[in-house]
Amino acid sequence: MYVAVKGGEKAIRNAHRLLAHKRRGDSARPGLSVAQIREQMFLGVARVMCEGALHDAELAALALKQAAGDTVEAIFLLRAYRATLPRFCASLPLDTGAMRIERRISATYKDIPGGQQLGATFDYTHRLLDFDLLAEQEAPPPPESVPAPTEACPHIMALLAREGLVGQERKAADDESAPDITREPLAFPASRAERLQILARGDEGFLLALAYSTQRGYGRNHPFAGEIRVGKVDVWLEAEELGFCVPAGEIEVSECEMVNQFVGSRKTPPQFTRGYGLVFGSAERKAMVMALVDRALRAGEYGEDASAPAQQEEFVLAHCDSVEAAGFLSHLKLPHYVDFQSELGLVRKLRREQARTGAQEAEKEVAALETAP
Amino acid sequence: MTSYHDNIAPEIRARQQWMYTLAHADIADLMPFETQLKAGPYQLIRPPETGMALVRGRMGATGAPFNLGEMTVTRCVVKNDEACVGYSYIAGRDKTHAELAALADAHLQGARRHAWVCRMVELLDARRQSRRAEAAAACAGTRVDFFTLLRGEDDAA
Repeated sequence: MYVAVKGGEKAIRNAHRLLAHKRRGDSARPGLSVAQIREQMFLGVARVMCEGALHDAELAALALKQAAGDTVEAIFLLRAYRATLPRFCASLPLDTGAMRIERRISATYKDIPGGQQLGATFDYTHRLLDFDLLAEQEAPPPPESVPAPTEACPHIMALLAREGLVGQERKAADDESAPDITREPLAFPASRAERLQILARGDEGFLLALAYSTQRGYGRNHPFAGEIRVGKVDVWLEAEELGFCVPAGEIEVSECEMVNQFVGSRKTPPQFTRGYGLVFGSAERKAMVMALVDRALRAGEYGEDASAPAQQEEFVLAHCDSVEAAGFLSHLKLPHYVDFQSELGLVRKLRREQARTGAQEAEKEVAALETAP
Repeated sequence: MTSYHDNIAPEIRARQQWMYTLAHADIADLMPFETQLKAGPYQLIRPPETGMALVRGRMGATGAPFNLGEMTVTRCVVKNDEACVGYSYIAGRDKTHAELAALADAHLQGARRHAWVCRMVELLDARRQSRRAEAAAACAGTRVDFFTLLRGEDDAA
């Protein structure tokens, strides 16, 4: 129970003023521009867009600036802004097969149609601090450009699916519309569409830990990174007033398809199973953990014993949202003075009772000793 | 370019193509046309407004749709002096981009379509293509050329 407490207005006002001052830092130094954050902290921006569930790099960069780099706070800011905007329409499902690829790798096949391309990655770096950056003397050479091949890059899972080695994804019925967790409250058991929507905006740290737990044996399903791709995809909108689809531009996304260990029965020959991750921006780790957790949550579909935390839908879906989790955590800072007083009274009473019974028992023991022969 | 209707009328397909060009144009490439686009009188039927579009993906890239999240979109509707109604939906929050794209869509439906295509659309297409080629070339340098090492035991065999 929370009680309205008055008297903190001035302190709050000054605290906000102090925060603004502190956030700005030493005014002798140039302030960070939103454009700088967007361009030079683009991975942090991607995380805010992704978990803020709103693709807008400039707003995500602004949120990061305002939140002084606190990612969870920035995500909250973006979610709050998102709630003020009208929704015009929906897009056609993104055609990630036609992605303009920056990065594309497969851990299952060496030679893939379209080839493997590392893109801009931290992989293979030595994780040594670069003191040139500290000295602000960086002048990286431009990337080595070579003419890009025009070969198509089909999804690797589609190649496996054609051979029947992995299950085909279920196609939608004509009148089927994907449920939207931002409009209709979630009920359990959830559909895979709802799970994916929640995972896409879920906290990366929480999902990473769950994904890691499946790798360590809690709901093991032996994953291989079938394909990871990062790049730009076209967005086509269903503009109802026009009666045809309208191109609106492009967005950056990261996609991961995991190949997992097989299922099969007497009727169907063994085949691999799949987990899927798709997120806004350059956010490969998030796409990978999403795919692992998506697969873990399909335990029921494959008749697996859902005994590990990552396989338990309600546990995962109800706790993976950082805005909800941080919000409930934050309420602990609100005044609980009356609540605490009642608990305090209870503890005092219990202590008194214990002291009384303790004294009585001690008396009995003494009496017993005295009456002993 | 991807088009999503099987039996789409050719005039709509042509319109989708220039709308694609306008939506994917860099605002810096579009700005030089501002004066020409705004030369005649026009009416803002729906002034530029920013909202969102719900972005969908497909489960496993090919399956049934799911909702990925939202993106900001700015839209605009104009009517030009030829009574052509132009629409735009542009990713992001740039109202100038949305208004210029809607104006261009209106002009491209009018009698001077050919002139607008030659003067503006072709140039924007060329700019977009060179921008994309440049980005692709920068990434293509990171393509992996695998080679397999011959292992010692194979020699002995």
